[in-house]
Amino acid sequence: MIYPTLADRIRKNKPVALLTVIDGPNLGATLLTSPNVENIGTLGDQELDRVSSRDALGELEAGRTSVRNYGPSGQVTPEDLQDTPVVRVFVESFSPPPQMLIFGAVDFTAALARVAKVLGYYVVVCDAREVFATHRRFPMADEVLVTWPTPVLTERGPDLGARDAICILTHDPKFDVPAIQGALATSVGYIGVMGSRKTHAKRLERLAEVGVTKSQDLARLMSPIGLDIGSRTPEETAISICAEIIGKRVGRNVPSLANSEGPIHK
Amino acid sequence: MREILGDIDRWRAQHKRIAVARVVDIEGSGPRDPGAAMAVNEDGEVCGSVSGGCVEGAVVAEALEILKNDSPGRLVKFGYSDDEAFAVGLTCGGVVHLFIQPLSW
Repeated sequence: MIYPTLADRIRKNKPVALLTVIDGPNLGATLLTSPNVENIGTLGDQELDRVSSRDALGELEAGRTSVRNYGPSGQVTPEDLQDTPVVRVFVESFSPPPQMLIFGAVDFTAALARVAKVLGYYVVVCDAREVFATHRRFPMADEVLVTWPTPVLTERGPDLGARDAICILTHDPKFDVPAIQGALATSVGYIGVMGSRKTHAKRLERLAEVGVTKSQDLARLMSPIGLDIGSRTPEETAISICAEIIGKRVGRNVPSLANSEGPIHK
Repeated sequence: MREILGDIDRWRAQHKRIAVARVVDIEGSGPRDPGAAMAVNEDGEVCGSVSGGCVEGAVVAEALEILKNDSPGRLVKFGYSDDEAFAVGLTCGGVVHLFIQPLSW
């Protein structure tokens, strides 16, 4: 059975692709594929299964969902596809959700974690102070870690990519300097750092003291964090941060506080 | 699909017949990307969505028809054109291609 396995892999955040014949011979046939395990199901032809599942694993890695055309035995070149019925296969990728790492267990953290969950993020909250970093305060978070940023980013940093986000909400230099250093060592798509323009200026001095001075590194830091929409409450700030993340991800020119001047709150 | 697993599991536990509709392609402006899914059970109960609410009603009718006829599945297109102006369509001007099939897998 394909559905129970699909549901199980989606829930366990394991990458999985579902292939469905949406046009041509064996209409409605399905095949399930994941990296390093055997396929389940068939599209009606062994060679078609082999070729289409190989393509699907590539689509899965890129997080793409698309329709692909094959001959009944997996033919892909235009010459081979002449005078033969075309099998249109819908390749649906289920990639693990993007991750958001939030450093600092403050009031803004709960609001940001809530909004991030709405957007489908796997949310990790991290703070070294065990009285603040508790599941009771952040029931919406997928994980609450009582530890310092460096070990977390050393362990998880290599897995972070363009879809992921790191938000540093602590204003404590002991905490935010190593968090920024660790974040810059990853390929994470978004690094937001909370604080007023004054805090940001002081933070840049402290970063310079530990050798973080490269302009391409500093340009990755969205600080002050979020869009210039005059947000006041933790919830409004969370929306402005997530909107900035969306805008950065798709490459839109959004009104980030980091690129504007003047007071954050009007 | 992720957000409708709970409802589908519940219906499966009740041995309901289920049809799944998925967006497989969009042309122009479309409210939901490929992969957006809704499911309809034999009683006409619905979970999930495939548009901004514009075509869901028509999808339910199509899904029930597919369950009734034991069809292996069907590609369905919803869009906007002058002669369809008062029929089901997307007000945003895009075209959405759906594949609707029984959840027999």
